[in-house]
Amino acid sequence: MIVKRTNLNFWERLYLPAVLAGFRVTIRHFFKKKVTLQYPEVKWTVPEGYRGAPYLVKDPEGRVKCVSCQLCEFICPPKAIRITPPGPAGSPEAGNVEKAPREFEINMLRCIFCGLCQEVCPEEAIFLMNDYSLTGLSREEMVYDKAKLLALGGVHNDQIWKWKHK
Amino acid sequence: MAWFQHFSPTELFLIASAIKIVCVFSVVMAAVAYSVLAERKISAMIQDRRGPNRVGPFGIFQPVADGVKAFLKEDFVPGHVRRAYFWLAPMVSMIPALLVLAVIPFGSQLGGVKMVIADLNVGILYTFGIVSLGVYGIVLAGYASNSKYPFLGGIRSSAQMISYEIAMGMSVIPVFLIVGDLNLGQIIQYQAEHGWLIFFAPLSFVIFLISSFAETNRLPFDMPESEQELVGGYHTEYSSMKFALFFMGEYANMIAASSMMVTLFLGGWTLPFAGLNRPADSIGMGAAHLVIFMAKVAALMGMFIWVRWMWPRFRYDQLMDLGWRRLFPLALANIIATALWLWMAA
Repeated sequence: MIVKRTNLNFWERLYLPAVLAGFRVTIRHFFKKKVTLQYPEVKWTVPEGYRGAPYLVKDPEGRVKCVSCQLCEFICPPKAIRITPPGPAGSPEAGNVEKAPREFEINMLRCIFCGLCQEVCPEEAIFLMNDYSLTGLSREEMVYDKAKLLALGGVHNDQIWKWKHK
Repeated sequence: MAWFQHFSPTELFLIASAIKIVCVFSVVMAAVAYSVLAERKISAMIQDRRGPNRVGPFGIFQPVADGVKAFLKEDFVPGHVRRAYFWLAPMVSMIPALLVLAVIPFGSQLGGVKMVIADLNVGILYTFGIVSLGVYGIVLAGYASNSKYPFLGGIRSSAQMISYEIAMGMSVIPVFLIVGDLNLGQIIQYQAEHGWLIFFAPLSFVIFLISSFAETNRLPFDMPESEQELVGGYHTEYSSMKFALFFMGEYANMIAASSMMVTLFLGGWTLPFAGLNRPADSIGMGAAHLVIFMAKVAALMGMFIWVRWMWPRFRYDQLMDLGWRRLFPLALANIIATALWLWMAA
């Protein structure tokens, strides 16, 4: 873009129009409604599709949807996810039907909230939810385990009913 | 009221002066703290924000928190600085601002005591002498820091001060031509009798105002500081209380400049009605004069602050051009015009 530079006339060269215009702008903003959000008291409305903390979800029947395929573990750029598969014995609560993970940990200090785990998951078992201000008093506390992730994630009401007829 | 009768007049003078010094110093320090808060609040309002509002109602105790923070921060001295000057610079930038206030008559009298610390006959010359010391703080800081940006800040500051000091000095000469006295008390006296000098010498006031923006390193002339280009300029390498001293020095300078303007052009502690332009004969009137003076200074401080958030910074060459080629000739012409006018009138 080329800015056209016109010569200023005498009145403008006196700097006074700029003074008046500046004063008008500042006085208008001075009395304007303020945009500051008083954060801890007033919370922000999280927009649709926001990428907050990744949590695990259960299906409407209360089963763990994760099948320990470990795709999310492999794709995770900061290596924040660590999955312990059930091994040959299978998981006690799921029996033979599915390879639910024995342990599933996300280190929220490493997580960059990129959403690749959600994208790669073939079972739609992990979602980035609305939580954005994760706090803890120690590093250990910030590594969320399977129970915590499932509790925070809750039930995902999809209509797949994968296990209904098996 | 017999308890002080066994003091000699000299002792009484010393005691009164000491009390005045302590009072003025504490009031100025409080004013500095609260003008920082005012600056933050006003800047926030102009930028559609709220500003500090967490410490006390509407953030009125914010200056206390700021002070505690400044004292508790680590006072880091980089390894490459020139030690002695590095320590000297913050003091040199703070002290002149406070010294200027010694000659300002901030009230008429209170219980028979004149409300000025030093009633000098050469008040204004003293002021100019002291004010020009202020630049040494900045130049020293720039030199002592021994790194690029502070150095550039120091150079800019010295060039700027030289060009504006002359215009500033010239701009007040018409005031003395009209009044015929250098004593600031007499200048106020004259204004009480004949009306404020801003109406006799408006051009002087405008030049003095512009120059004092340059003198106090405030936008639109904050060349030595220029956060965006010079990373804070002369105080880049400073931290903790040393930085706070520069910061307080800037505001103390603003207060000193505002007081000078009030004294020279805006009638000092007088108001042209309700008998407020006579030296006070009661405690109440004396206190009223103090309040009037402070209100005028506060109004000018408000203007200083508002201007900072209103205008962008001048380019360096524009600044020099304005100082040397516009304000300086204008001030000279103003002196001659005033002299001619007085000669015709006489």
